[in-house]
Amino acid sequence: MTAQSTPVTTAPPAAEPVKAELGRAARFRRYLRRHPSVAVGGGLLILMALIGIFAPLLWTTDPTAISPARRTRVPSELYWFGTDMLGRDVYSRVIYGARVSLLVGFSVAVLSSVIGLAIGLFAGFIRWADGVIMRIIDGMMSIPPILLAIALMALTRGSIQNVIIAITIAEIPRVARLVRGVVLSLREQPYVEAAVANGARAPRIIWRHILPNTFAPMSVQATYICASAMIVEAILSFIGAGVPPSVPSWGNIMAEGRALWQVRPHIILFPAVFLSITVLAVNLLGDGLRDSLDPRLAKTL
Amino acid sequence: MLAFVVRRIVTTIPVMAFVALFVFSLLYIAPGDPAAIIAGDQASPADVERIRASLGLDRPYLVRFAEWSFRVIQGDLGTSIFTNLPVTQLIAQRIEPTLSLMVLTLIFAVVVAVPMGVVAAWKAGSWVDKAAMGFAVLGFSVPVFVVGYLLAYFFALKLDWLPVQGYTPIAQGVWPWFKNLILPSVTLGLVYIALIARITRATMLEVLQQDYVRTAQAKGVAQKDVLFLHSLKNAAVPIVTIIGIGIALLIGGAVVTESVFAIPGLGRLTVDAILRRDYPVIQGVVLMFSLVYVLVNLLIDLTYTLVDPRIRY
Repeated sequence: MTAQSTPVTTAPPAAEPVKAELGRAARFRRYLRRHPSVAVGGGLLILMALIGIFAPLLWTTDPTAISPARRTRVPSELYWFGTDMLGRDVYSRVIYGARVSLLVGFSVAVLSSVIGLAIGLFAGFIRWADGVIMRIIDGMMSIPPILLAIALMALTRGSIQNVIIAITIAEIPRVARLVRGVVLSLREQPYVEAAVANGARAPRIIWRHILPNTFAPMSVQATYICASAMIVEAILSFIGAGVPPSVPSWGNIMAEGRALWQVRPHIILFPAVFLSITVLAVNLLGDGLRDSLDPRLAKTL
Repeated sequence: MLAFVVRRIVTTIPVMAFVALFVFSLLYIAPGDPAAIIAGDQASPADVERIRASLGLDRPYLVRFAEWSFRVIQGDLGTSIFTNLPVTQLIAQRIEPTLSLMVLTLIFAVVVAVPMGVVAAWKAGSWVDKAAMGFAVLGFSVPVFVVGYLLAYFFALKLDWLPVQGYTPIAQGVWPWFKNLILPSVTLGLVYIALIARITRATMLEVLQQDYVRTAQAKGVAQKDVLFLHSLKNAAVPIVTIIGIGIALLIGGAVVTESVFAIPGLGRLTVDAILRRDYPVIQGVVLMFSLVYVLVNLLIDLTYTLVDPRIRY
């Protein structure tokens, strides 16, 4: 009897961590099944990131190597995506271009989220500052983002870092406004009032009650900013206000293909397809996150 | 109402003042020496000094800003460093193509997007809805120059239906003018259609659940009247709002579309100014577009009373 009962009592504690571990993986799989756009978008994005990281291993050659002897070749077994006007291998340039786009997209998303969060919290909590900050944000938002980035780039030397800074400045107002809106609606919530009544100070209220609630809308917003930043980077490079022409970015490759687009459309086509797929992946991820994190948001958009 | 209009116009003044201050201050906030950057790497020290003087960077910031804003209020946006022509004159020369492109795109986008959003909401969950929303996601994801080159390649180069590039002034005939703008307008319109269609669908989904819609259906109003008269009217405010906000997308997209289709408008002016680092021109274009954007949204605020009589100011 005792020998029989011992395994019964000891088994559950041993089995439980395993079950929870399995449960988490299973829950994640079920989540992906229920939100296929997160799975597809996230998957494509990871694929693009891997392409960017392992670019040197993907049968590429030096993306900046100029070779006048093999100019403007059409795609072939040797040059998968053909060559451009300077004889550079378009395939290698497109593969390396993933690095620039993803770097710009992620950096802008993270930087503008962090700075926008700080400004939004400040405006939402410090009432006297709110009016001034919101007027400034209104002013900045009345400059179309691409033009703002163009104006900034006209005054600095073209570099990836300056492109990231310019796009971030153009995107901050949107995040700040979103966060301020969340803060203002949360301030009136009974549990925040209860915390205030309990004597909690502002930092604690922000940390415990406000920040966790900004996470869902902010992460959705961040994906859209990432997508928009990649497009703006390509546009800036395309019109000659972006990263230096020597850097293989998708916008630069397309800009160089412009002169030849009627006879060699593939020079523009390949980077265009990569850029579109990447932006689509980020947008799908954002839509999926929005639907799963906040069902109320899904209804309004 | 009049009091509201006046108040609303007055509130745009600080916004525009800030835009002016910001655009002007960029010259001073930008890292490095803007005069040297604008002059370029091959410039001699004398060139740099000449540009510094012409930008007024050798004088105190506040004095410069006071002078500059005084002249801007009088409609003087300064002179181009490269061509030595007044910026206002350069803008005036280029305004027709851009205005034509934007107005055509606006009409095209609204005509396509609103019915698309309405039908998608009406048939929510069906393949029509899925196709429309799939199209919207694509519209957001495919950059405007990609669409432009694809359309130009197939419809102009391969099929030879429409001119490849260029612009014909409206004075030389409405049809040639229109023909040249079809592809650019479709190109520029896609992202705008995506935006408007999504908002229209979302708002309509809410409106279609209202009791008065059920009542209208119960008393036998034709389905198209229920959708386009009873429901759309009640969904109008968010739709009109997004049309106004979306103008920013349109302005940014116009810069690119004009380069793709070689249209000699404000976008080309901006791109040329960037290549020559002609900051006074860029400053003027940014100021003008921001003013347009602010004014359009002001007008839209005022139309709320037209689309929804319950709103009174």
